[in-house]
Amino acid sequence: MAPYKHSVALDTEKCKGCITCLKRCPTEAIRIRDGHAVINSDRCIDCGECIRQCQHKAKRAVADKLADLPFGKKFVIALPPPSLYGQFENLDDADYILQGLLDIGFDYVYEVARSAELVTEYTRQYLKRDDIRRPVISSACPVVTRLISLRFPYLCDNLVPIMPPMEIAAAKAREEAMAKNPELKSEDIVTVFIAPCPAKVSSVKNDFTGYDSHVDYVVAVNEVYFELLGAMSKIKTPSPISKTGMVGMSWAVSGGEASALLNDRYLAADGIENIIKVLDELETASFPFLDYIELNACSSGCVGGVMTVGNPYLTKVKIQNLKRYLPVMQNRPSVEEAKHIPEKFEYRQQEYEPVSRLDSDRKTAMSLMKEILALDERLPGFDCGACGSPTCRAFAEDVIKKKAELEDCAFLERGNKKKKSQE
Amino acid sequence: MDNSAPLEFHFVVDGNDFTSAGEASVEVKKILRRIGLDSEVIRRVSIAMYEAEINMVIHAGGGEADVSVTTDRITLVMTDKGPGIADIELAMREGYSTAPDNIRSLGFGAGMGLPNIKRYTDELHIESEVGKGTKITMSVNI
Repeated sequence: MAPYKHSVALDTEKCKGCITCLKRCPTEAIRIRDGHAVINSDRCIDCGECIRQCQHKAKRAVADKLADLPFGKKFVIALPPPSLYGQFENLDDADYILQGLLDIGFDYVYEVARSAELVTEYTRQYLKRDDIRRPVISSACPVVTRLISLRFPYLCDNLVPIMPPMEIAAAKAREEAMAKNPELKSEDIVTVFIAPCPAKVSSVKNDFTGYDSHVDYVVAVNEVYFELLGAMSKIKTPSPISKTGMVGMSWAVSGGEASALLNDRYLAADGIENIIKVLDELETASFPFLDYIELNACSSGCVGGVMTVGNPYLTKVKIQNLKRYLPVMQNRPSVEEAKHIPEKFEYRQQEYEPVSRLDSDRKTAMSLMKEILALDERLPGFDCGACGSPTCRAFAEDVIKKKAELEDCAFLERGNKKKKSQE
Repeated sequence: MDNSAPLEFHFVVDGNDFTSAGEASVEVKKILRRIGLDSEVIRRVSIAMYEAEINMVIHAGGGEADVSVTTDRITLVMTDKGPGIADIELAMREGYSTAPDNIRSLGFGAGMGLPNIKRYTDELHIESEVGKGTKITMSVNI
């Protein structure tokens, strides 16, 4: 398997080697070595939690810059996500944003919210089938799909087999642009997703689900924000571009996607720690009263992505205001399409990548585990992170794997004294 | 270190905190994943352990869990000092439950705990004495 390309980068100059990100990483992918953080790329799921937590601004998301886009050379299509709509003050019409995108140089705009409505309809149809594994889990959040493939292999078959709205938007945008401009050839077009989070950048960079991404570039919401503000302030009357309904816009916020299914048997959870708890329970217990699970790695949903600008709770309110007078849904697949989800929009299930396996040979893995548990017994159990590993158990593993020295534990003596006094 | 000895670990299941019930089975799952076991085997073990753990918290005020892994099987021994099971055959029946109402209102106590354990394990052995406690030994073949 090709190495996973990430979108979370570290500035070693700015990194103080403190333990903030170490303790907050949900997959224990970080270690502090030689005075700065090191990310284990096999384990990182690009959730952006370390970027959110770092007080020294040493972690950042890596995406394309507006200056990288081939404006004037290619037909450049912007794919704005619904979370972008809530970033602006006093806005009563999404057309200002879409017009603004055209004014800063994009040749065409296709709203991701439109394809979100298509995914809603495909999912409604999919849920009617009786040969599927329930509860069905949304495949829209790339952190969730990667997390499932790494840690919850049993749940791979529960993922809805439909591409996320971003991918469908890119494919539809191309078709639509070519239909409207017959002189355009496919190779003249590039699609640019405006991303709220680094995980979307990674999902485009890695064709890890086995399909070629239809998206060519990914720029951050906070990269286009200031350019857009300037352009929007000059607009008197925008062209009527927006074709999204309430449903599409609701996808920006946790619970929006699931409630649009018109099926009360759903659960919507957000925040990386919370979704891990839900997945752990789903794997073990059975929930016959649930049909659908919407999971968003960011608190509040995509509006909480680390590449957005506004406070996610305020963004949520702004989206509520924007969608108030919209039709419920403005995009529907044809009757035939809704019955048989088009093959090109089918999403292949994730393959289980056993990264947490200690060794490919089970006997070796078992004896390593024995050594790790034995060493863990000798450690103080403070989980202080001072050694550079997130927990004593993780440190024990690092020592056994010769990636750390036992002397790195600052409290070995103190921990042992306490244990002795208890005996 | 002796390679042929089983990999063993021990958990204390806290009976005072209902919200932490199920945590030991998540821990076991993590360890089994690291050994690289098949995901179906891991799931069966974690379901059986989860059910037994919940039972211990609901009925027995907690207890202890011992897990042992060899190259061909995983054995779980769950021991408690609870009220014991008066009629094991009856307790094994689907839908039979003695869980109190406050537990049922949380969605537990459907009478599926022991039947589920039987369904997901290859061997199940229950020893119980009323007033003394219960010891459940179950295993899943790898």
